[in-house]
Amino acid sequence: MEALISILFHGLAYAMILYIVSVGLSVTMGLMGFVNLAHGVFAMAGGYVTVTLMNTYAVPFGLALLAAFIVMTLVSVVLERTLYARLYGASELEQVLFTIGLIFMSVAIVRFLWGPLPQAIHLPAALSGQLDLGFRSFPMYRSFLIAVGFVLIALLWFGVERTNFGAQLRAAVDNRRMAESIGIDTRRLFSLAFALGSGLAALGGGLGADILAIYPGYATEYLVYFLMVVAIGGLGSLRGPFVAALLLGFGDTACKYLVPELGAFFVFVAMIGLLLWRPAGLFGRV
Amino acid sequence: MSPVDALIRRHRLRAIELLPWVIAVAAYFAFADYLSLGSQILIMILFALSLDLVLGYAGIVTLGHSAFFGVGAYAAGIYAARVSGEPLSGLLVGAIAAAAVGWASGLVILRTQGLALLMLTLAVTALLAEAANKASFITGGADGLQGVDIDPIFGIFRFDLFGRTAYRYCLAVLFLAWLFARRLVYSPFGRSLVGIRENATRMHAVGSPVRRRLIAVYTISASLAGIAGALLAQTTQFVGLTVLGFQRSGEVVIMLVFGGIGRLYGAFVGASLYMIAQDQLAKLDPAFWYFWIGLLLVLLVMFARGGVLGLIDRLLRR
Amino acid sequence: MTPALETVGLHKRFGALIVANDIHFRLEAGARHALIGPNGAGKTTFINLITGRLPPSAGRIMLGGEDITALPQAARVRRGLGRTFQINTLFRGLSVLENVCLAVGEHAGIGGDMLRSIGSHRAVLEHAHSLLERLRIADHALTPVRELPYGNQRLVEIAIALGLQPTVLLLDEPAAGVPAAESAIILDVIEQLPRDIAVLIIEHDMELVFRFARRITVLVQGSVLVEGTPAEIAADARVREVYLGERQHG
Repeated sequence: MEALISILFHGLAYAMILYIVSVGLSVTMGLMGFVNLAHGVFAMAGGYVTVTLMNTYAVPFGLALLAAFIVMTLVSVVLERTLYARLYGASELEQVLFTIGLIFMSVAIVRFLWGPLPQAIHLPAALSGQLDLGFRSFPMYRSFLIAVGFVLIALLWFGVERTNFGAQLRAAVDNRRMAESIGIDTRRLFSLAFALGSGLAALGGGLGADILAIYPGYATEYLVYFLMVVAIGGLGSLRGPFVAALLLGFGDTACKYLVPELGAFFVFVAMIGLLLWRPAGLFGRV
Repeated sequence: MSPVDALIRRHRLRAIELLPWVIAVAAYFAFADYLSLGSQILIMILFALSLDLVLGYAGIVTLGHSAFFGVGAYAAGIYAARVSGEPLSGLLVGAIAAAAVGWASGLVILRTQGLALLMLTLAVTALLAEAANKASFITGGADGLQGVDIDPIFGIFRFDLFGRTAYRYCLAVLFLAWLFARRLVYSPFGRSLVGIRENATRMHAVGSPVRRRLIAVYTISASLAGIAGALLAQTTQFVGLTVLGFQRSGEVVIMLVFGGIGRLYGAFVGASLYMIAQDQLAKLDPAFWYFWIGLLLVLLVMFARGGVLGLIDRLLRR
Repeated sequence: MTPALETVGLHKRFGALIVANDIHFRLEAGARHALIGPNGAGKTTFINLITGRLPPSAGRIMLGGEDITALPQAARVRRGLGRTFQINTLFRGLSVLENVCLAVGEHAGIGGDMLRSIGSHRAVLEHAHSLLERLRIADHALTPVRELPYGNQRLVEIAIALGLQPTVLLLDEPAAGVPAAESAIILDVIEQLPRDIAVLIIEHDMELVFRFARRITVLVQGSVLVEGTPAEIAADARVREVYLGERQHG
């Protein structure tokens, strides 16, 4: 029972990070059909910016996260306008090659600037230690992650359901040509969605530094997880990746806890099985 | 000349196709001090050639081809360490193991396409990498597989310190593989793969058993990749976790794409250039090797989609 | 006599939307049959159901008396069902000859041959070439399809279907998108199709329909409105209403 609560708790925290990082990818892939394997780079960069601001410049945690969000959003706008935009009509292979090229370049830059070792995170005192809930205590930071995760998700889902931007986004994901014919500027929409998604990824990278270690291999090692969340969740969906992230988060945590000799092996098998059962994703719209 | 004759003529062996072999043999004598690099190049050519069948000809976009390379390497390595150091049977073991994994994974993942397929190829190689990491009692885990001692080939040709035997061994295997691959791509089967790539809908509508063909080429390609992996294990007498995973898959895709996909010889050009450049430049600045490769890749997609052979084609046409 | 192609109660629905409503249809051997109807009537859907691109919700499809409802596309093709697509579905990067060779080769059963060069299957190549000659596009044999004018591409589409030596040939708007100057040869080709092939043609061009068809089926909103000889259809008030009625309301 103790073990179950631990697994659920840590799995949930892990799922939150996976979701926050991956949701942007789901939307942009669903919206423009663009295979952006470099999405993890934004998360990685967000992590590096956050940690560096905190460690080297003594910026408070919250501000560092905010800075990472803003910086990466701007960077993604520049990248999207200058490079990505040229490849929207390109074949899948070309998009894959292009984004791999971006990954390689960013990994080299990151390794050059920060070295190959994982970055040390020094959590703010207020978020360290344990949170005592009476019947048992939980690591404070993970609790914080879960709480922040829920807040972000609520904001995101509320924003997409209630705002004009969100309505346009949903329309365009559902049927782009139809959306264009009623006057929605899907190109601009995509740029905004891409920027927002990348910013969220950066936020996820910074928030999740404790769970997904910030090191040059981040963008390649965790790529398969982000892609699994998106593919299993269903492209273009907001809720789908959340369910997928929960499955992956709980599954991976449970396996590593109960059968550490197998590690992530079992989760991979389960994820492959899920994708075969539902190739369009659990909530696939596209 | 009738069009039929013209078409048949196109598939006949042309003199220029012997160039790679002339170069390979010349290199044996001219670069006698670099034969171990030479063997690695030959192995990567074989690996890239196997990928070309799947990516260039059949049009299956995969980032998981390292799965078969790695399975072949570990199978041959474990075979040599635990069963017998005989190299040719080791190659066979590697080929069969990789073919089995190729067939099994092909059966399941070739039901999908696009992103789901790409993701599944990544998942398979990640899964195998994790398995190799955890099963350290057979694979050596993160430390790698040691004790891969290889006997002389045919009992006569001992693997020497200068890499001469290794080079000739790899060259012979590559040559045989090339003969087979060349036959395959110019056969009706090979042409049907091109048809599937160009327009799968049409292939279904002409009665072609598309899925069966794709699984067949995937399996064949996997076994060739497995042979390449086995050669690596045998010539370096070591197998590390890097034979699997995204990095290895990405690299072979890059090598092939640089040379030019779907042209059979893109693998030769791309793998050679990549390996030689890596050998020369990575020494100077390891971190930035990946930067320049990434940049070249981005530029290639923007301006030179056919790779080196594509550029040559364009120049010749002018 | 067994019809070359028959559908019995063929039905297809997407949720509440019925795109094929309990269609009973017979195509006799050697038939020259046209399927007409307003846009959105479900004509291409009907073809997709017959060829197997779309699974039916109910009903059966019989090819030469054999129930093919459960068979995948490729299997139906191998049993003699050929089709052309409304929009050219060709191997654009390959030459015209190679396009037709792929079809002829599959029909000849050599598509799976891995060990011999295609050159050693000379008979297949010659047969493909003779098809090109018959359709008068042999001059373009080695030209990549994407470089051909649209009308010629349409002919390649038909050549591929003929390369399958079908017993039943489904032509989906063969003259669609072809400029008038080039459509004459397509009409000629259709007229000269072998007598033993049962041909079903979807068309909007009434001149082509009345020139070519011996029987016409009118499809409206997924249901068969009426079927008969060209004279009967031309005289039928309901058909006029369906076509003219659109003009009155529009």
